Amino acid sequence: MTTRQTVVASESRQPPVLAVGCRGLTKSYGEVVALRAVNLSIEAGARVVIFGRNGAGKTTLIKLLAGLLRPTAGSVLVSGRRPWGSAGTVRARIGLVTHQSYLYDELSARENLRFYARLYGVSNSENKIEESLARFSLENRTREPVRNLSRGLQQRVSLARAMLHDPELLLLDEPDTGLDPSARQSLQGVLHNSGSALTAVIATHDIDLGLALGNRTIVLESGRIARDSLVDGSTDATTERAGILETLLSGNSR
Amino acid sequence: MTIDSTLTVSRPPSFLRQVIMLSAKELAIELRTKETVPAIVIFSVASLITFQFAFDLRGATLTLVAPGVLWVAILFASLLALGRSFAREIERGSLDGILASPVDPAAFYLAKVLGNLSFMLVLVAVTVPLSAALFGIDLFRPFLILIMFLGSFGIAAVGTILSAVAANTRAREALLPILLLPLLVPVILGAVRGTAMVLDGRPWQELQSWAGMLIAYDTLFAALSAMLFHHVVEK
Repeated sequence: MTTRQTVVASESRQPPVLAVGCRGLTKSYGEVVALRAVNLSIEAGARVVIFGRNGAGKTTLIKLLAGLLRPTAGSVLVSGRRPWGSAGTVRARIGLVTHQSYLYDELSARENLRFYARLYGVSNSENKIEESLARFSLENRTREPVRNLSRGLQQRVSLARAMLHDPELLLLDEPDTGLDPSARQSLQGVLHNSGSALTAVIATHDIDLGLALGNRTIVLESGRIARDSLVDGSTDATTERAGILETLLSGNSR
Repeated sequence: MTIDSTLTVSRPPSFLRQVIMLSAKELAIELRTKETVPAIVIFSVASLITFQFAFDLRGATLTLVAPGVLWVAILFASLLALGRSFAREIERGSLDGILASPVDPAAFYLAKVLGNLSFMLVLVAVTVPLSAALFGIDLFRPFLILIMFLGSFGIAAVGTILSAVAANTRAREALLPILLLPLLVPVILGAVRGTAMVLDGRPWQELQSWAGMLIAYDTLFAALSAMLFHHVVEK
């Protein structure tokens, strides 16, 4: 296996600011090792897309960055601090979307957003809620209990919830699940328009969506980084796509 | 490379505000779903009626047995509420949403305790007058409110953390009573003895040793549970 490391240090004199730093990050569930000594540095403002087969460790990595899991070995730092335990100020900077919506089925979309806005201490929360609902075209479905909404609409509410507090680090685990093309465009628009204030880590199986969203791609294989490359204006999308596919499939044949 | 620690820090609400907001959420969801309180009230009413038929509660045995019957009905009904407390959060996937937020795990625990306590106080408000009517005893005495509150708080404080422990297991319905009942022996003992003394019309001086024990138990277990709660929910 050849691990391609094409990430290079910034040419500017100031050292790049890190949003995330992982050293020897390992996570085991009993005897199953989900992540194996992962070293990963993500600069502030980067959009990192993680690919990998099922069980490669994508969700585990996202949950470790979110502070939902504690590493078995190694360390993970978000904005210089451990994200788990009582580190509420760190988690206040993070927005998270996973396979679960984290919404209360009995409450409406607006009530869910209001609840999370209060938990995150969002100032001017009612205006922010309106903005978030409009951003994901949810204005007409704000009063219904979330359980009455389709999977795609729930995912939109979940995305609105994750971005309500203007996070500095956005963690998205398969955010496109159930989304229609217009919602996918809204998501792309949010990521493109947020500039360097937002760092995003996105796990997805959709290579085209990943290449559209990210400026760096990582392929995880059996809990290790098998490929790590920058995607910029000079990168040929077809070549990049072929490289990602090759890494994914070579892992499959092993 | 440098790790950034200069970015604008969001200001999560204070600990007390977190407790209030999360407790309000518990109550709002119960008001919306009516999933817990009606079930525990009906269960306790059915238990009390069954006890009334099963035991000969007359004369001298009445004040000896009635407090125990009342607290057993409250305890078993509260197991239903406590069992659902975290299981529901895990089933709908909202537990990780709270744990990924800036909320202090101890605030989350205390909010759950307050939510469960409020459900139990509704239960007490129904079972005490019903017991008075069924057993023909005078339960409307001032110190009884104190004993009922302290006993209910003890059950809620220990039951809430053990509910979180049990919720992560497959046999959660069986595990919760197995873990909880032995730990609640001091609470049930204090509450039953305290209630019996109130029924006997004993003075505060005699009652205060049981009330003091309940206060000490409640404070100790609530504080310990709040400190240890993040170990229970973290993976």
